[in-house]
Amino acid sequence: MSATANATLAQDHHEHDDHGHHHKETFITKYIFSQDHKMIAKQYLITGLLMGSLGILMSVLFRMQIAWPEESFVIFEWLLGDKYAPDGVMTAEAYLSLVTIHGTIMVFFVLTAGLSGTFSNFLIPLQIGARDMASGFLNMVSYWIFFISCMIMISSLFVESGPASAGWTIYPPLSALPEAIPGSGMGMTLWLISMAFFIAQSLLGSLNYIVTVINLRTKGMSMTRLPLTIWALFVTAIIGVVSFPVLLSAALMLIMDRSFGTSFFLSDIYIKGEVLAHQGGSPVLFEHLFWFLGHPEVYIVILPAMGLVSEVMASNSRKPIFGYRAMVASILAIAFLSTIVWGHHMFVSGMNPFLGSVFTFTTLLIAIPSAVKAFNWITTLWKGNLQMNTGMLWSIGFVSTFITGGLTGIILGDSTLDINVHDTYFVIAHFHLVMGISALYGFFAGVYHWFPKMYGRMMNKNLGYIHFWVTIVGAYGVFFPMHFIGLAGLPRRYYTNTAFPYFDDLADTNVLITVFAIMAATVQLVFVYNFIHSMFYGKKATQNPWNSNTLEWTTPVEPVHGNWPGEIPSVYRWSYDYSKMNEDGTDYVIPGQDFIPQDVPLQKNEEELNH
Amino acid sequence: MTVFLIIIVIALLGITLWQMSKILNLSKSHSSEDPSIATDKDNKNQGYLMLGFLIVFNIFMFYNFWEYSRFYLPEAASAHGVQFDNLMFLSLAIIMFVQVITQFLLHYFSFIYRGEKGKRAYFYADNDKLEFIWTIIPVIVLAGLIIYGLFTWSDIMNVEEDEDTIVIELYAYQFGWKARYAGEDNTLGKANVRFIEGINTVGVDESDSYAKDDKIVSELHLPVDKKVLFKMRSQDVLHSAYFPFFRAQMNVVPGMITQFGFTPTITSEEMRQTDYMVDKVKTINQIRKENSKELVANGDMALDPYEFEYYLLCNKICGISHYNMQMKIVVENEEDYKEWIAEQESFGETLAKQEEQ
Repeated sequence: MSATANATLAQDHHEHDDHGHHHKETFITKYIFSQDHKMIAKQYLITGLLMGSLGILMSVLFRMQIAWPEESFVIFEWLLGDKYAPDGVMTAEAYLSLVTIHGTIMVFFVLTAGLSGTFSNFLIPLQIGARDMASGFLNMVSYWIFFISCMIMISSLFVESGPASAGWTIYPPLSALPEAIPGSGMGMTLWLISMAFFIAQSLLGSLNYIVTVINLRTKGMSMTRLPLTIWALFVTAIIGVVSFPVLLSAALMLIMDRSFGTSFFLSDIYIKGEVLAHQGGSPVLFEHLFWFLGHPEVYIVILPAMGLVSEVMASNSRKPIFGYRAMVASILAIAFLSTIVWGHHMFVSGMNPFLGSVFTFTTLLIAIPSAVKAFNWITTLWKGNLQMNTGMLWSIGFVSTFITGGLTGIILGDSTLDINVHDTYFVIAHFHLVMGISALYGFFAGVYHWFPKMYGRMMNKNLGYIHFWVTIVGAYGVFFPMHFIGLAGLPRRYYTNTAFPYFDDLADTNVLITVFAIMAATVQLVFVYNFIHSMFYGKKATQNPWNSNTLEWTTPVEPVHGNWPGEIPSVYRWSYDYSKMNEDGTDYVIPGQDFIPQDVPLQKNEEELNH
Repeated sequence: MTVFLIIIVIALLGITLWQMSKILNLSKSHSSEDPSIATDKDNKNQGYLMLGFLIVFNIFMFYNFWEYSRFYLPEAASAHGVQFDNLMFLSLAIIMFVQVITQFLLHYFSFIYRGEKGKRAYFYADNDKLEFIWTIIPVIVLAGLIIYGLFTWSDIMNVEEDEDTIVIELYAYQFGWKARYAGEDNTLGKANVRFIEGINTVGVDESDSYAKDDKIVSELHLPVDKKVLFKMRSQDVLHSAYFPFFRAQMNVVPGMITQFGFTPTITSEEMRQTDYMVDKVKTINQIRKENSKELVANGDMALDPYEFEYYLLCNKICGISHYNMQMKIVVENEEDYKEWIAEQESFGETLAKQEEQ
């Protein structure tokens, strides 16, 4: 079925090329309700960037409150208004809302949809040699559902009782009872509806990615010749399909508890002078359901970044990725383990301590494939000919933060040690480095690397260098000291730490962290400028600016619908034949060229390697 | 110190901006140079920056440990806490060892193998032996940590209740804590939020005879070296009873009773006398004095001087005043404890008083 569809599509294009025509496309079908995966990818990218700006702005606001508690800032008055910042002093309610929505936006809207939505859509058809996604229509629908989801989430910022403020993990009963916190009223309802839409778009997208990778690979593109980007995006989609429905069920049950009087998560509650009728439910059940998605979710966030980094790093090192099979195996191992470690978020939730032991075991196991990946990336650099393009810098930065953040996972994954650092700033430091910052670095590596393919123009490298160096200094400046205030026993989500004089000597460090945060946030403007400016005035890109092997660089610079104007190229090799020597060892396989694109057949003087 | 650091950060920002404008000018004047793809010069510059970053990063990490490790909590004030700290230090040592080595390799390779025209990268796709080695090493190290951790975990979590164990109910509500001692019969009376009425604020079953001698208080007193078992109950939403100084924490869940037991080993007074705490309190009081000056200048009240007390805090987001949900804990010798508990009013007495009125 798909093969025939492809053939007709190819035919179509031939005819058009003969006449020198393009499809008749109106502005609306080309830029808005587009079914072209490249346009949809860009829509995801721009939406993700906009949501990201909002999320980062929020973090700056609440970091200012943490550093200078209850001080008056004009900017608070401007942005939060009289109700949430009377006389420019942020209220506790506003603080909790900002923290909650920052987490929600960054985890779901930026690092899930913005990252995997952008690059799955963009790279899967291009790198496997397909004309488009298996279903262009579903793909379009999935973006527009995402858009609706974003709009609902943003609209929740403007409701009278305020947006959701029970933390991004929305544990009931706090999230279920408007009596417990104002944000659990209309704001929480909108949050849940928005997430339901989000999950729908994620499922539609993921199913599409899976089907496309399985069915639409070009001739010769066996699974073992897939670039690691595709492996990562493919497995990410599978994890998404497995785990997102569970969050949907949790959200539905929460909606029922909130609005229809069921008691899935509620029991024995006395609030505002009244005993509620709910009986027999358990908040711990919600925690299980939430983290059954929530933990795989962090791998949904980080795996695409790993894939992008593997590709960018190999290409810029002019070396094959080291241990391709081990890299694939570790992606699969991480994916499998990711679904059986959720309980490490719940060591002190009141669940049976024996379960804690089991989850400690599985959690520490996941360190093994992660370690293998880190070592393999480092070895990929070894004896390379490193081209320090901006994408490459972000990739190196990714490995650095992934190691720094990942190592502290050994502490948090250990049920014993978690007892005293659970929900402290130590956790914040850990997961921001290992999934937040790392995934963002992977995202930037991807944007800088594939920008020429997306917009036909190059981004400015010098602005990219500035962006990278200030960001990496800022990010470490924020999150490295944060471990230590966590070890002092400082809990997260505290509006101010002044209620405990014991924390007074941490105040200086909190100021330092905020200053670094403002610095890192400000320098993102350089990226925004570079991105927008290069889109219109950047240097025109050549077809294969980074001398890469993957198939997307065989498409014309000016993108066409269907990706290749002629036939789809066949694939004869894996995508990592960089600096491969001929059998005599006198020169590269193709003399004078240190890369062999995937569509180049095996050469005469070339040794065939099985990877 | 902060001012100094902020000045450094601002100076760095300034340098960045200056460099930025310089680079922008350069990129304008050398229009022949490709503004988008790294040249040999870029490879060299960025390679050196990688090396520079490695050095700065190591200094920064060292500075953090040097300056901020004093933030680490004082010695554990509970029996199991000692094990906790040992495991923590062991894990931290392993982590930092791996961190320093891998970060060195990563950045050093980025520097030493920076690209040059004509240089050939080494086609090196696989090495099973190497990969086996760096799979098996984490396996062994992690196995050790897992086993150590799990033994400690089961030691901590499997609380054997014997006659000597003091059972205390910890009751959490928005936004405070109450404790209920079992009284002379050493048995807590039944309780449920449905019994809450008037002065019966924690919902004790008035008809339960075990409840009569229960004592409900808003300050925890614990005798030193006696095993305590906390039975936790929440009135409304999730809370978390976090005892940082005792390396103990457990969520408090409405609808179920959770528990955590430990043996306090250092009295409040002893803790106040430790060098660590004397220094810490001195520093804090200095900071408070500084801050007070500003407050007084604005016509506000000065901050009270700080004296160390153990505390219990809420560590699970529970609402607007989550940040100020605390209870004082006093660890004292047994006589003082007995004296204190004898002074407290029992639930039966409270009820009787109400009836009189």
